[in-house]
Amino acid sequence: MAEPDDKIRCDACPVLCYIRPGMTGACDRYANRDGELVRVDPHVLLERTLQDGGEVVPFMIPAREWSGDILNAPTPIVTAIGAGTTYPDYKPAPFIVSSKVDGIDMVTVVTEGIYSYCGVKLKIDTDRHLGPECATVRAKGEPVGHVTTGEYGSQMLSLGGVNHLTHGGKKEGRVTCETLLDLCSRKAVELTVDGGATVIVQAGLPPVVNGETEERMRVGCGSATIGMFAKQWYGKVDEVVVVDDHITGVLSEHQAGKLLGARDTGIKMKGRRSTPGRYFHVAEPGTGWGGANISDPLEIVAGFDKKVAWSGLTMLMVSTTGEQHAFYRLDDSLNPIEAPLPDTLRVSVERIRENCEPALCSVLFMGGAGGSLRAGVTENPVRLTRSVRQALTTVTAGGAPVIVWPGGGITFMVDVTLLPDNAFGYVPTPAIVAPIEFTMRLDDYAVLGGHVDHVRPLQDILDERRKKSADRDTMLAPARGEA
Amino acid sequence: MRILPQQSRLPDGRLHLHDGPIDLIIEAFGEVAAVETAYAAAWRRFAAILDELCAELPLLREQATSTGARPSGVVARRMADAVAPLCVARFITPMAAVAGAVADEILRVMTIGAKLRRAYVNNGGDIALHLLPDESFSIGMVDRPDRPSLIGSAMISGRDSVRGVATSGWRGRSFSRGIADAVTVLASSAAQADAAATLVANAVDLPGHPAVGRTPATALDPQSDLGERPVTIDVGPLAPHDIDDALTAGLDEAERLRRAGLLQAAALRLCGRTLLCGAEAVQTAERLPVRSKCEVGQRMENLAV
Repeated sequence: MAEPDDKIRCDACPVLCYIRPGMTGACDRYANRDGELVRVDPHVLLERTLQDGGEVVPFMIPAREWSGDILNAPTPIVTAIGAGTTYPDYKPAPFIVSSKVDGIDMVTVVTEGIYSYCGVKLKIDTDRHLGPECATVRAKGEPVGHVTTGEYGSQMLSLGGVNHLTHGGKKEGRVTCETLLDLCSRKAVELTVDGGATVIVQAGLPPVVNGETEERMRVGCGSATIGMFAKQWYGKVDEVVVVDDHITGVLSEHQAGKLLGARDTGIKMKGRRSTPGRYFHVAEPGTGWGGANISDPLEIVAGFDKKVAWSGLTMLMVSTTGEQHAFYRLDDSLNPIEAPLPDTLRVSVERIRENCEPALCSVLFMGGAGGSLRAGVTENPVRLTRSVRQALTTVTAGGAPVIVWPGGGITFMVDVTLLPDNAFGYVPTPAIVAPIEFTMRLDDYAVLGGHVDHVRPLQDILDERRKKSADRDTMLAPARGEA
Repeated sequence: MRILPQQSRLPDGRLHLHDGPIDLIIEAFGEVAAVETAYAAAWRRFAAILDELCAELPLLREQATSTGARPSGVVARRMADAVAPLCVARFITPMAAVAGAVADEILRVMTIGAKLRRAYVNNGGDIALHLLPDESFSIGMVDRPDRPSLIGSAMISGRDSVRGVATSGWRGRSFSRGIADAVTVLASSAAQADAAATLVANAVDLPGHPAVGRTPATALDPQSDLGERPVTIDVGPLAPHDIDDALTAGLDEAERLRRAGLLQAAALRLCGRTLLCGAEAVQTAERLPVRSKCEVGQRMENLAV
């Protein structure tokens, strides 16, 4: 319990509340923060609402015919979806919302940005080769992006950007814009990579590579898989090769096998040996076993050393996802002959599969709030940037959290699955229209040169929306986030 | 620095009045001129109401007794009158009716010089209603202000005697000594509903239950009219029989008040379960229009977890 001395007296109204530290007065508007009388922190609402199940959809709560006020409804988050904007954005952003009614002097500057500089980063969970790095990615035959550096268990594509949107041909810009919009709207998009695969990408769903649905991410690279399962294989099989386009692992040579005392098998692998039991470039990249261009795993085995190998030697070959596997026994002339997989090994193959996570496509929208967009928020755009840097202003996109890049400007990325449906749009410029909100304290807003005279109480916007929605229910993005 | 009372009109024409802890949303229905007259009257009366109340605050924070000093202000007297029939064998102060009494008073001045078909004054969920005999209001009920969902509705007709609606619960703005998520009461005035909802919500309780967190009211608000009396600050998971016990205790209190004519109907809500008193006046979620049924069902499930 606080010391009696810590309480402060609020003189904002004749109730003259004594307010204990950390508490609010009778009005819920003023609080005692460390002995200082303050307005309640503006960010609390947004965070609290998100935590409570993400009721991040704007403007009104559906299925409520009676006006919300009589129910003492909580404050919904106002998002920029459907806010509309002008371009260039020299006028104050469409909604600058001040919620005083619910006790918090919060300002959410709500606008829909028009992003000529924007794109999506695609993470496609697959080891299958989609195409060489830097290869052009096409939609409907038009170049819309390229293959960029691969990441763990995933292929990365970078699509859109100012060059495809505005510097290419007219058709290129239009198709790029369409592709970005579809990806951001969580629709399926077919992409082809020059010299590579055709892949169907849809946010939150498995990729379809050359007509085959990818099911699982690999458990690790071939070498890592050897390390993980060596103990389970030792004593049950003489040799294990984990086929992987990046690093193929060989049990008998691998450090993990040596430690267990695995016997040399005299296996000769194709490709380049990196360290014992680890092989690079055993084949060309492809969409076969372990992301290599092979359908018969024996293609990567050059043979067996006659001085070391023996008749009856057993070998398991398995991919990094466990989806492909084959079992062999050497005949008298040391040729591997395929045989049924023994049950003792089936368990380990199934375990590899079990440890592979579902393969999905992730779509991050990336955009930059340009000078003109920022001018819609404040008369002095650079101060908005500084305010974001100082964490005085929170940036969200359709109510969803964003990653803001360090460095100049306000360049951010957001997972499109966190935004409500129909959050993105486009203009024929061509450019993508996406929601962006800047949330800050009203007094901070004034300091950064905000359009304070255009600030409107939240309730006004709610009511205006409510009126409009009477004729046009479709204007409202349906609620998400209960899942 | 005293922030002066404020009035504004919402885009749809409703009147919003604000002063300190009082926040009113007002809507009147009738001829345009009558509505404007009523709104002007509301604002004239409102501007003085908080100062008037604060002048008598110490007295209004004291336990109501049948023999104690009577306050002099019009709103203060409405408060005292609302709690007077309830103070026998119960601790209650006139503050239990403050929100409803303010709503009643503003509604009263609105209807003196203007012919209105119907009108409401909503003071943060405590609502005063004006209705001509052929008019009606439908009222939605929400149990948790932090998780909005309609848990039921009530249709109030001008031919009923109901002219006030109020909701009380520990999650709301005022302290509660009970554990109800929400108790919504329909009564003859907003002040009466306000006071009755407070008592019924207090009665929805599990004394001594380990899952219920309590703290002296003065630890939260040094000037609370509840003094050192414990108020609810947390309700942990409850077994179904606990929920039943607590709701049944509340229902007994509600029935007692109903028989005394101090409320017409009440909906008691705890952990996703609802008990009704005077059920013919209230619809629960199951009987809500189909359009919202699905959503309400979903939310109710969430609440029950």
